[in-house]
Parts: sequence; structure tokens; C-alpha cells
Amino acid sequence: MSMDRREFLKIAGFSTIGIGVGWILSRPGEFLEASQFLQTKELLKAKQWAMVVDMRRFKTEEDYRKVIDACHKIHNVPDFGNPKDEIKWIWADTFEHAFPGQENEFMPESMKHKPFILLCNHCENPPCVRVCPTKATFKRKDGITMQDLHRCIGCRYCMAACPFGARSFNYRDPRPAIKEPNPEYPTRMIGVVEKCTFCEERLAKGQIPACVEASNGALTFGDIADPNSEVRRLLNTNYTIRRKAELGTRPVVYYILDIPTSVVSGGESNA
Amino acid sequence: MYDGGKILVGIVIFVLFAAFPFYNNIGKVSAKPEPKLDTPVIQQLSEKKCVEPKDFMRAEHMQLLNNWRDFAIREGKRVYINSEGKEFKISLQNTCMNCHSNKKEFCDKCHNYAAVKPYCWTCHIEPKEKQL
Amino acid sequence: MLEKALVGGKRYWTWVFFLLAVVGIGFITYLQQFKLGLGITGLSRDVSWGLYIGQFTFLVGVAASAVMLVIPYYLHDFKKFGKIVILGEFLAVSAVTMCILFIFVDMGQPMRIMNVVLHPTPNSIMFWDSVVLGGYLTLNIIIGWATLHADKKGTKPASWVKPLIYLSIPWAVSIHTVTAFLYAGLPGRHFWLSAIMAARFLASAFAGGPALLIILALIVRKFTKFDPGREPIQAIGKIVTYAMIANVFFLLLEVFTAVYSSIPGHTHPFKYLYLGLEGHAKLVPLMWTSSILAIVSLVLLIFPSIRRNESMLALACIALFVSLWIDKGFGLIIGGFVPNMFEKVTEYWPTLPETIITISVWAVGFLVLTILYKVAVSVREETAGIELEH
Repeated sequence: MSMDRREFLKIAGFSTIGIGVGWILSRPGEFLEASQFLQTKELLKAKQWAMVVDMRRFKTEEDYRKVIDACHKIHNVPDFGNPKDEIKWIWADTFEHAFPGQENEFMPESMKHKPFILLCNHCENPPCVRVCPTKATFKRKDGITMQDLHRCIGCRYCMAACPFGARSFNYRDPRPAIKEPNPEYPTRMIGVVEKCTFCEERLAKGQIPACVEASNGALTFGDIADPNSEVRRLLNTNYTIRRKAELGTRPVVYYILDIPTSVVSGGESNA
Repeated sequence: MYDGGKILVGIVIFVLFAAFPFYNNIGKVSAKPEPKLDTPVIQQLSEKKCVEPKDFMRAEHMQLLNNWRDFAIREGKRVYINSEGKEFKISLQNTCMNCHSNKKEFCDKCHNYAAVKPYCWTCHIEPKEKQL
Repeated sequence: MLEKALVGGKRYWTWVFFLLAVVGIGFITYLQQFKLGLGITGLSRDVSWGLYIGQFTFLVGVAASAVMLVIPYYLHDFKKFGKIVILGEFLAVSAVTMCILFIFVDMGQPMRIMNVVLHPTPNSIMFWDSVVLGGYLTLNIIIGWATLHADKKGTKPASWVKPLIYLSIPWAVSIHTVTAFLYAGLPGRHFWLSAIMAARFLASAFAGGPALLIILALIVRKFTKFDPGREPIQAIGKIVTYAMIANVFFLLLEVFTAVYSSIPGHTHPFKYLYLGLEGHAKLVPLMWTSSILAIVSLVLLIFPSIRRNESMLALACIALFVSLWIDKGFGLIIGGFVPNMFEKVTEYWPTLPETIITISVWAVGFLVLTILYKVAVSVREETAGIELEH
């Protein structure tokens, strides 16, 4: 058998490509049977989890602090103390920043400067899921916009795509910036994007999200697809708004506004 | 042979370089690692069994963990039924490390021996080990 | 043919080792970023893409511009581009290499880059961008190498090369269109949410890329025995002129839509870039430098009498290249993030490590370009005087 150099290189080249492709195709997908995996018995189920934020019930600084702390403590959210590297899952910002374009100069001062509780909107049509090149961000069957931090490549396309600024990137190692780590929950590594998960790890244990639990009724969590749910009752009986609804992402975090009683002059109480 | 001298010198340098791991380790005996299983939680188990048989776990724990991870995060399925039909909560930090609370003596021993560095622990918090 | 890159004069080797040194410094700096994270850059929660992604965007344009030589030569039989078309193809190879490197250094978890292939996601524009960029790189390496090899032997390229050349034409358009779609399809980023984005990208690419090519051709002529010829350079000069007029026109269309409609979300980024917003004006001097250089280049280019003077043409090309580099490689990206999603202004400026890494990626690009051009020029020097037949 004779073979010239050209022929040899051709065969060698194609074999290498073949081995590479073969390796990718032959990678084991599921090693264990899918039937070996179950949901927990306690898991709270829904078609689309949603939240109603009742701004009438946020009065003191303490009301905000306990909600934010409840989340950030159990999820090992670091505090770097500077806005550049900041990571936040749930936070507060004024009306004009939460609802840009909706403010006007004559609105009640109490409203204009009142901090609103902000978090991931778990949109029904989430742009972050659409843009993610690795499916690291995806939509769960129960409507939670979930983040697989094992798969995130840190391209930050989701941060560019999210109109709500809900996503934070780990610019630095978060570990040193976590004061009291919760040993039951992981931290994150540098180079991945993170955000609120609607406490999916608590839902699996039959618990409602930590912020809701700590809010003393100011936050309500439930299935928006269920007409008998508490969130639907609140939406039926109150005027609510959503952030940037005009963008069509269909956010599911709703806000009941804190309209000063003097404004609702003698009208029906909206309690 | 053209440039025979240069080629020979090149071959000698290459062989010395390529064989570095071998002669560098000559005379250094590394004992076969024996991961320790004597944690308080394991001591109290009536039946000292992991989620799957020992041999399976030794060879395949990384694949098992990969599958656990994908089912828990991506499918929201956090219960694992093992080959005997027993159920376990899927959690590296709260199930695996609950028994194997001695990461240094259990995980690290073999991983160091095999020179693998799994990055699980950059996120998952390792258990606080008692000072011996 | 690659062996030709191993033979060169003192000047050649000095240049190569200089580039290698810059690459080395950048590599060490990158190791630091790899260890500590992107926190060592000027990026923040609010401005999460910066210099790296800007350079990537700009260089996709440079890569796509090779088509401005391929179309006249292969579709319109414009013979004068015969000798120079290879310079365009190799420039594309070098530019795409830089693009890939800029994406790589921008990633938070670069070791997971294969996840894009292992979990292909057709709804993500970034997935398609990686597909078209990889394809374009491969196409240009194959085409450039095959045609040059044929030239060397004095024969026609193999028959399978032609279809690849034709394929590379729409492919070049696709790489920049898809890159524009990265930005133009995001809800809430008003500055980018514009249907004209892809057209604007292509216009700026067809101005900036060929302008760089003119500068490179003049350098090649000065330092080697290979002369790309006066006429091809003048012809490219015309292409640059028309493309730059279109580019400035498109930019003005954007400004009109934003300013005349007066919609806050649309006007704020322009205000931030050109006038400053809420007392923040870090980019204002840069953006006006870009605008002035654009006007200067247009004045020099539009009048044929000026353009015909090669030193004036070179000057115009340098002004134009710098202008577009600021506008597209920096302002366009930052403008999308300022003001942020809360209508607040967080400014961005690259840090020193970030700048060093950026410069060294450019050095890698120049190294690739130097080696490829060395090969091409050596072949051309050997075949000087022979008419090419593709």
C-alpha cells in the first residue's frame, strides 16, 4: 500500500474530526433512569407562581430590612459594600426608578420617594431565557425563571436583556463578602450571573419564599393561574401595576400602590 | 543525515522533558488512599450503607452527582430512589456531606491522590470539621 | 507556504518579537483576571459589557469588510482587485481571531465555552453569532489559502473554491447582521432597539474595514517589494467614501428619531454620549472627537482631487478608522447601558488591566495578520509580473 503525504494528512485530519464528533455524540446523556427521580412530596405546585407586593404595608425601614435580610441571609448573598460589584436578589428603590416614565412632578411626595420592593419578575415571556446561549437560564414548569449556575458561562447577555435590572454578576469571589454563611445553601463562584429564584429550594420543602414569610402579609405569593388563589383575590379587589408591562415580557410581580388616604377622598376603602 | 547532531540534541531534550513526571517521582512512594468513613453520623447508622453500593459509588459518584444536579436544578426533582427502592433527598451539601462530614479525610484524600480538582466546593459549603 | 513566515529580515523579526512581548504581558494580565474575576475591569452591575465587547463588535465589522473586495472581483470581474483581494481575506481571518479572543476574555467562566456547542440554543442570537463567526473564519482560511497556493504554482484554484467564495459573500453580511441582532432585539435597551442597527453596522463596517485595508496596503508597499497598485487603492477609497456617507447618514437618522420624538428613553443615551446626563459626561470628549474625525475624513474623501493624493487618502482613512473605532468600539456599547434600567447613571471607564488585555488581543491579531501577510507578500514577490487568473 502506498500513500503520499497529502493522502495521509487528509485521512488523519478527517479521523480527528470524526473522533471529536463521535465523542460529542456518544457522551452519556442520562446516566441514571429518569424514573429514579421524583419531586418531593411536600413540593408546592403551581402553573405560574406570582407575587403581589402591597406597598401600603411597607411603612418603616424595618419593614423593608426584614424582607431583604430574610432573603439575602439564607441565600448567602454577599455584601461588597460598593455598587460596582453589588449583588442583590431583592432590594428597594424609589417609584421613579422602579417605574421610570410613570412618575410626575406633582405626585404626592410620600409616593414619589417611597421605596418599592424590587426583585426578579419571573416574566411569563422572559427575555433573559430567550437570549441565554446555553439554556443556563430557563423557565420551570411552575413558571419560575430559574438559573443553572453549573452551566452559566458568564457572558452576561441576560443582564443586557433584562429590562428590570434583576440580575447580578459575580465580579469577585463572593465568599469573603458573606458575613454569616448559611451552611445549608451554596454560595456562588466568580463569573456567573445570579438572581432571585422565588425560593424554589423552599417550595420543594413545602415552604413559601423567605421574603413572603418575613413580610408579615405585605407580600403575597401564589399561583396566578388559579382563580381561587390569594394573589388572584388581591388582583381582583385592588388596582395593581407592574413594572414596564409595555415591553411585553409579562412580569408576574404586581404592586398595590400606597395611595395617601387624603387622595382617596371619602371613597370606598380599598382594604 | 542532515543536521544529525541538532536532531539528536533535540530528541534528548524532548525525551528529558516528556519523561519529567516519571523521574521526578522516582523514589516517592504514595500510599493508596483509604478514605475514612468514621464520622459521628455514619457511626450511628444501623446499616452503614451509602445511597448506592460502595463499588458503584467509588467508580461512578461523579456521574451520579452530575445527574442529581441536573434533575434537582433543571427538572425540580429532588428525590432519588436508589436500586433498593429507598428514597433520598438530593443535596450535596445536606445529604452527602451530612454523613461524610469529614471532607478532608473522605473526599480530598482520593481527589488529591488522583490529582483531580472538582470545583464543587467553590460554591457548595463544606461542613465544618472538628479540629482533631 | 507557512515556511515563508519563518524567513525574514531584521525588521520583520523585531516586529514579530515586539508583538509577542505585548501578547506575553497581556497573557500574564489575563491570568490575573482569570483568577480574580472580571472585577479587575471597569465593568459593573449597571454597565455589564464594555471595552471587550465593543472591540468584538467593531472587529466583526472589519472582518465582514473583506466582502467589499470579493464582490467587485468575483461578481463584477473587476480584475484590478486580483492582487489585493487576498489581503482582505487574510485581514478577515485576523479580525475574526480577535473577535473570538475578545469574547473569550469577556466570559466569566471561559472554561465552559464549549457549553455553547454542547447545549445548542437556537433561540439565542449569541449561539448564531458563534456559528456564523466560526464559519466565516473557516471560509476565509480555506479560500485565502487555496487561492494563494494556486497563485504560487501559477495555476487556477481548484474548482471547489469558487462556490465557497460565492458563499462567503452572504456569509460576510450575515456575521454583521447577526452581531447587530445581539443588540437590536433587547426590550428595554432603547439605544439599541432600532431596526436600522444592522444596516448601520454594515455601513460602518464597509467604511472602517476597507479604510484599514488601504492603510495596510500602503504599509505593505512601503516595506516590501509587493505593490498592490495605485488603482485598486483608489477604487477602495471610493468604496470607503460611499460607505462612510451612508454610515453618517444612518447615525443622523437615529439622532433624528430620538431627538424629534423626544421620548426620554430614546434621547437619554444620546444626551449622555454627546452632552452629558445628570452631571456625568465622561464620554462626551470622546464622542465629539469621533464626530469631528468623521467630518474631517468625509471632507478629505468626498473631493476626488484630495482623495487622489495618496497621503491625503491615508490621512482620511486614519481619521475615519479612529472615528469609527470610538463610535462603534466604545460609545455604541456604553450608550446601551447608560442610563441603566432604573434611569440612573452609572459611568464606565476601562481599568489598566482591562486596557492591557485589550491591547494584547490586538497584538495577537496583528501577529496573525503579519504572518499571513508575510506569506502572501512572499508569494506575490515571487510571482511579480504574472497576471492572476482566478
